[in-house]
Amino acid sequence: MSVNLTLLTVMGALYACGIYLILERSLTRVLLGLMLLANATNLLILATGGYAGLAPIFDKDTPAVDYNDPLPQALILTSIVISFAVTAFMLGIIYRTWVLARQDEIQDDAEDRRVAETPSFDAEDDSVIPVETSEFPLAMVGSDGPVPTGTAAVMSGGRPVRADKAASEEQPGSLNVDPRKEGGGK
Amino acid sequence: MNITSFAPLAVVLPILGAALTFLLIHYPRAQRAISIAVLTLTLLLECWLLASVWEGGTAAVDIGGWLPPWGIVLVVDQFSSLMLVVSSAVSLAVLIYATGQGMADGDRDAPVSIFHPTYLILVAGVSNAFLSGDLFNLYVGFEILLTASYVLITLGGTGPRIRAGVTYVVVSVVSSVLFLIAIAMIYGATGTINMADLAIKLGDLDQGTRTLLHVMLLVAFGIKAAVFPLSFWLPDSYPTAPAPVTAVFAGLLTKVGVYAMVRTETLLFPGDALNAPLMVAALLTMVVGILGALAQSDIKRLLSFTLVSHIGYMVFGLAMSTVAGLGAAVFYVAHHITIQTSLFLVTGLIERRGGSSSMDRVAGLAKLSPVLGVLFFVPAMNLAGIPPFSGFLGKLGLLQAGVELGTPLAYALVIGGVLTSLLTLLAIARVWNRAFWRKPEDAEHPDPVLLAAPEDSATGDRAGRTNVTLLPRTMVGSTLGLVVFGVALTVFAGPLFRVADQSAEEMLDRSPYIHAVLGEDVPVPPVPPAAQTGPRQQQGQPQGQPQGGGK
Repeated sequence: MSVNLTLLTVMGALYACGIYLILERSLTRVLLGLMLLANATNLLILATGGYAGLAPIFDKDTPAVDYNDPLPQALILTSIVISFAVTAFMLGIIYRTWVLARQDEIQDDAEDRRVAETPSFDAEDDSVIPVETSEFPLAMVGSDGPVPTGTAAVMSGGRPVRADKAASEEQPGSLNVDPRKEGGGK
Repeated sequence: MNITSFAPLAVVLPILGAALTFLLIHYPRAQRAISIAVLTLTLLLECWLLASVWEGGTAAVDIGGWLPPWGIVLVVDQFSSLMLVVSSAVSLAVLIYATGQGMADGDRDAPVSIFHPTYLILVAGVSNAFLSGDLFNLYVGFEILLTASYVLITLGGTGPRIRAGVTYVVVSVVSSVLFLIAIAMIYGATGTINMADLAIKLGDLDQGTRTLLHVMLLVAFGIKAAVFPLSFWLPDSYPTAPAPVTAVFAGLLTKVGVYAMVRTETLLFPGDALNAPLMVAALLTMVVGILGALAQSDIKRLLSFTLVSHIGYMVFGLAMSTVAGLGAAVFYVAHHITIQTSLFLVTGLIERRGGSSSMDRVAGLAKLSPVLGVLFFVPAMNLAGIPPFSGFLGKLGLLQAGVELGTPLAYALVIGGVLTSLLTLLAIARVWNRAFWRKPEDAEHPDPVLLAAPEDSATGDRAGRTNVTLLPRTMVGSTLGLVVFGVALTVFAGPLFRVADQSAEEMLDRSPYIHAVLGEDVPVPPVPPAAQTGPRQQQGQPQGQPQGGGK
């Protein structure tokens, strides 16, 4: 099998530009990069077909070696159609990003950032265990220090009264802890 | 006429269904009926295929009458037909779930009218990838399912979904380009892209070229299968999609990647050239994935990380390339598709019932809805590998195969596997303790709706929300169906393990596949480092029997 040097050089240049572009943060450039990569790959497939030959339309008088290899062309056709569809879809997404955020850049994943910033201390798993470790204590102790004995009053923590009622119904002595002191995620 | 000649229908039926549902885009009821009917029909056909393949052996169908090395060929063997049946059963359950959700919400959330056609095309793509006996047709199958998945993951076009969709689309396109480059190079090196033909011709190449092609294929499939370090995109993009979409993605898409890796390793590049790196990748996938899961507070994200982590088990089984290891991996794939999908479906229900999928907000569900508790508990324990569930049997098979192989790396993986299993249990127990067992007022940011005791609201299943049914029967029913299917995998683990071991034997042998495609008189070349796999195969066979008894 022999290859065409011009084709290879162009292919290499396309790959280089494509890879450079998909490393950008701007979506339009990423799309351009993907298009260049797809086209470079099409050239690569074309190169696997070997030397240029006659169009592969059967004719009795032509010897088989004179034809061009038809298979790579069929593959390229399919891959062009696929990359066309993906490009159209990406353009749709980019337009939608623009409509939503007025921005042509890939956004950070908010939940990912939040998890990354969460301290390793976990209020529920790691807090100091109170001395009273009975399974059925009168007061369910949270994370914020020892509870003064005899505190049977329910602290609603600014929550709706219904919640308060439900909680007190469920366990008379339960201590309602203010969530802001516990949640580690801020 | 042989039933296997109907195999193309597994691809054609869903595509026809997609066309019909697309035409009926303004008639949601007809859409639902058609898509459910089409998938049921496909599932029945595939069960029939599995039965016929079990008796008659591997069969190949030449599309359009073109003979194999040139034309496209679909191959039905035990592995592919098993994957077809499991994937169709799962996608049918998810479809019913999605239909129930759509009906309960009055189809006003999203442009759901395009959901049904897109979903059917996704199923067609998955079937095509499983059946394909031609490398380029495999690529086309991947593209069909990926393009459908692009649409599904950005369904509704909200901000977070678009953001996740961008990552997903770009990563998928890059992996597809890599796959296409690999195909082009393989064609340049051998002059064929028929997989059976390649199995013969790739052996003639020199070692360097073969390793290059092998690595390229593995990298391309590794991105799709989310094998560490190529798994970064998955937990980032899956959780934002609608619950049924995430469920079907988690169940099927990564497994198609694993399927392609299995074919690469067994059919195209047999021998253990890259087994050691694969084992290291498997170990890292397991451990890094599950450590990621432990840090999460959102249930969907946590499950996405366990999904990545458990891909490691399958790669482990594959990298052993013994009958016992590969058989256990095949079993594990079937188990994991079912379990992971049902867990994501249950998470969708948790989100409906509890108002959120964040463990900081949801609490006390065991009291609010015991049904939900059972639905979560069974697959969760199954995932963590608690006996007697199928997760335990699959992991046991893998660990046995690892010990039997006996190399230091295999022992490292056995230890890593046990550790990952324990950590999975820890992660799952955290979800259970927080979302189900603790009292609503103990949550960090409790949902006021959850705090209202169910007995206070007029209708028990609405808890203060009047406009939606919180647990529609169709959604609970389909989830229940899938959970029961998961339990059935445990009950019928004996026959299933026999199918898995048999398919592993056939895949390692290669000759049934090659003979089915190219004809009986084609000589099958020996596996290149033949001394390695030959005797092991002999050792592996008797090991298959005791596992079969694990009912």
